[in-house]
Amino acid sequence: MSIGRSPAAGSRLPRLLLGLVAWTAGLLFFFPVLWMFLTGFKHESQASTDPPTWLFTPTTEQYEAIFARDFAPFLVNSATSSLLSTLLVLALAVPAAYALSLAPVPKWRDVLFFFISTRMMPAVASIVPLYLIAKSLGVLDNITMLSLVYTAMNLPIAVWMLRSFLMEIPREVLEAARVDGASLPVQLTRIVLPMIAPGLAATALICFIFAWNEFFFAVSLTATRAATVPVFLVGFITSEGLFWARLSAASTLAALPVVIAGWVAQKQLVRGLSLGAVKG
Amino acid sequence: MTATVTAPAVRRAPKKDASPPRPRGRWRRRLPLLPALVLTIALTQVPFVFTLWYSVHSRNLLRPGTDRFVGLANYAKVFTDSAFRNAAVNTVVLTSSAVVLSMLLGVALAMLLDRRFFGRGIVRTMLITPFLVMPAAAALLWKTSMLNPVYGLLNWALSPFGVGDLDWASRYPMATIVMVLVWQWTPFMMLIVLAGLQSQSPEVLEAARVDGAGWWQTFRFVTLAHLRRYIELGILLGSIYVVQTFDAIFMITQGGPGQATTNLPYFIYLKAFRGFELGEAAALGVVVVAATIVIATFALRLISNLFSSEGMGA
Repeated sequence: MSIGRSPAAGSRLPRLLLGLVAWTAGLLFFFPVLWMFLTGFKHESQASTDPPTWLFTPTTEQYEAIFARDFAPFLVNSATSSLLSTLLVLALAVPAAYALSLAPVPKWRDVLFFFISTRMMPAVASIVPLYLIAKSLGVLDNITMLSLVYTAMNLPIAVWMLRSFLMEIPREVLEAARVDGASLPVQLTRIVLPMIAPGLAATALICFIFAWNEFFFAVSLTATRAATVPVFLVGFITSEGLFWARLSAASTLAALPVVIAGWVAQKQLVRGLSLGAVKG
Repeated sequence: MTATVTAPAVRRAPKKDASPPRPRGRWRRRLPLLPALVLTIALTQVPFVFTLWYSVHSRNLLRPGTDRFVGLANYAKVFTDSAFRNAAVNTVVLTSSAVVLSMLLGVALAMLLDRRFFGRGIVRTMLITPFLVMPAAAALLWKTSMLNPVYGLLNWALSPFGVGDLDWASRYPMATIVMVLVWQWTPFMMLIVLAGLQSQSPEVLEAARVDGAGWWQTFRFVTLAHLRRYIELGILLGSIYVVQTFDAIFMITQGGPGQATTNLPYFIYLKAFRGFELGEAAALGVVVVAATIVIATFALRLISNLFSSEGMGA
């Protein structure tokens, strides 16, 4: 853990107060999520009351109801598209990042900026043709198609991140291996991959988060068979009316994988979010 | 956790470009790049070419067989459509206010977290959570449990201040969306700024203190100067994501009331998937991309500076 800022200029009281302010801010930001979690364990009649219900006997009836209503396929679709696209991204981004760092192609800089520029292009600009092409190929509402779209969406981020990790490998280490007669495959598998393993994990986490939480492509390109968790949640706006407790239970399940992954990998988060520019 | 910025990118290898390898070697170098490049082009550039093509055709999914070339008619429609101008203005207002507000809050929270206090790890964990929660789920949570006029927690919490059953989403639609986005994006800004703060050398701060600088002076002239790059990076990346906001609008206001919160992504979505006017939607897409290119040119130059200047290596 990092060293705190130099001993605060003031006495103990202001420091205590500032700690208190930080706690208040933290609780305020976290509170809606906590409330969602709690509401998921209420009866429907306790979920919308004025004043709000704070004390109640927890029930799992909402969770049972969700799974009785075929929530599982949506979870499976989300997991499939997120994991598949993350694997694909890594498989494509590692060689690409290598060709943009350790063994750079001519004009590597232009290529690097081409990648990031595709991330700036609004998704809406390509949604119409993507929809029509998918439709004519018969891959609308198809989980592989959705995974490919997520792969293209996350690839620029992954290339930038992985490149920043590859650049950190000391040149001398590779040089020494080369002098010792290590072939390229040996260099790659014995030196490069182990050294960027934490970077790979961070990249995978970021790609997983973006794919899991993605909604626009999911709602535009899927219908029933390939629909993901956020699409399931949309159903609550229209058909479910005031089923807040059930909605909260479903939302909790939807958010849980990424929240837990993010909590566990807090240190990698900064690096990933800044495309590798900022080390956390 | 030591927070430093990645090693300066001096080790990047531009000098190698000076002596181009022989053609064969060059292709061997290019080979690992190709799969990623091909997929990216196939799924982002090729569709855009189609977008251009559709944008000069009239095509309505509900009337198959009516597809015909219409020249620039779709563009004419776009530019004479006041709803388009409204959506463009909304996009600018939404993006800039959400990004600026979350950056201000992010800096404040990062300053608070950049000091030792009891339970700092827990507070940090709580603060990053809004960013991790699935945006669609977060939007529904705000729409129902938080902002409902009668049962919502916000009005309950504000009731001592005389706020009655206020319907936030219809009375202050834009502010409501901005609030939800700020709640979501402040953690992002905070994390980047916090990393910046923790990479600040204690010696410089100590020197400022010895020179008799007060807290505010130190913050204003030393810390903020050091943070500038991090703040720029946060604003830039935040804008790239926030400008595409869709989930919150789709879930909370459906672009309304009227057109009050319709931004460009939601506007194009409506045209394509509710109105089925694909030609017009495509023309809209082209216009948005043209605008994005102008803005992105500046943004890319900024990124280029951010990543290449010493201290923040790419």
